[in-house]
Amino acid sequence: METLFTPFASFGGGLLIGLGAVLLMLGLGRILGATGIMSGLVFAENGDEFGWRAAMVVGMIVAPGLIFWVTGAMPELSVPVSPAMIVIGGVIVGFGASLGSGCTSGHGVCGLSRLSVRSIVAVPTFMLTAAITVYLIRHVFGA
Amino acid sequence: MKLIFALFTGLVFGTGIAISGMMNPAKVLNFFDVLGTWDPSLAFVMGGAVVITFIGYRLVWRRDAPLFGGRFQVPTSNAIDARLIGGSAIFGIGWGIAGFCPGAAIPALGTGRWEVLLFLVAVTAGFYVRRLIAAIQTGAKAA
Repeated sequence: METLFTPFASFGGGLLIGLGAVLLMLGLGRILGATGIMSGLVFAENGDEFGWRAAMVVGMIVAPGLIFWVTGAMPELSVPVSPAMIVIGGVIVGFGASLGSGCTSGHGVCGLSRLSVRSIVAVPTFMLTAAITVYLIRHVFGA
Repeated sequence: MKLIFALFTGLVFGTGIAISGMMNPAKVLNFFDVLGTWDPSLAFVMGGAVVITFIGYRLVWRRDAPLFGGRFQVPTSNAIDARLIGGSAIFGIGWGIAGFCPGAAIPALGTGRWEVLLFLVAVTAGFYVRRLIAAIQTGAKAA
């Protein structure tokens, strides 16, 4: 399925993603990593760390509604894979991101901006395996 | 006040994710499908996000401490180990299968689509698998 090339919307969205990361560092002194925030909520070890993570997640979830309110349309979301692939992919994402200590936001946005050596290794690694996976699924197995 | 700030930060991040196209698995998978229906938009997301975060972090770190107290908590490890590379490689495979990553899926929950909830439940299951394996390894070492 083709999707439209949207360099301006994507760059603008990226600026806001970065602004979110900078604000969290300014206010709370923390890296904005979705895996860390999510696993911090799931395994809530202490109450103080739970509160800001929960508040952030609420803010994130409100965002599509805000866009709907302003523009009259929900952000585009089409899922070209089966429910089974969502479940399998999800378990693999959760396992891998917690093992590798980060995902696209923590290693990608925050880690690269900090010039973290670990993130400079992690990001090309997951980009490459994602591209190989998509290639195999679409062009070798023909799903 | 700290919680309201965290909520606002989440809202900014989530709005960026929504505008950028990151929460649309069709777009994400096309970004990786270089030899098929390639859509390079998401490179612009990462570009925008890293530009702002790279500059913003450096401005923020001129302060002695975050606005709401405590200290700046930035990972200090430089260890390039099997967990980092293996975990990142595994994360990329899951991302390539499902088309969602955690930072995109959390805001996407706000669209009310069931596929997003299914993905996040699966990610949580993946966190537990990782915990379970770590616990077994620790137990094996102790025994």
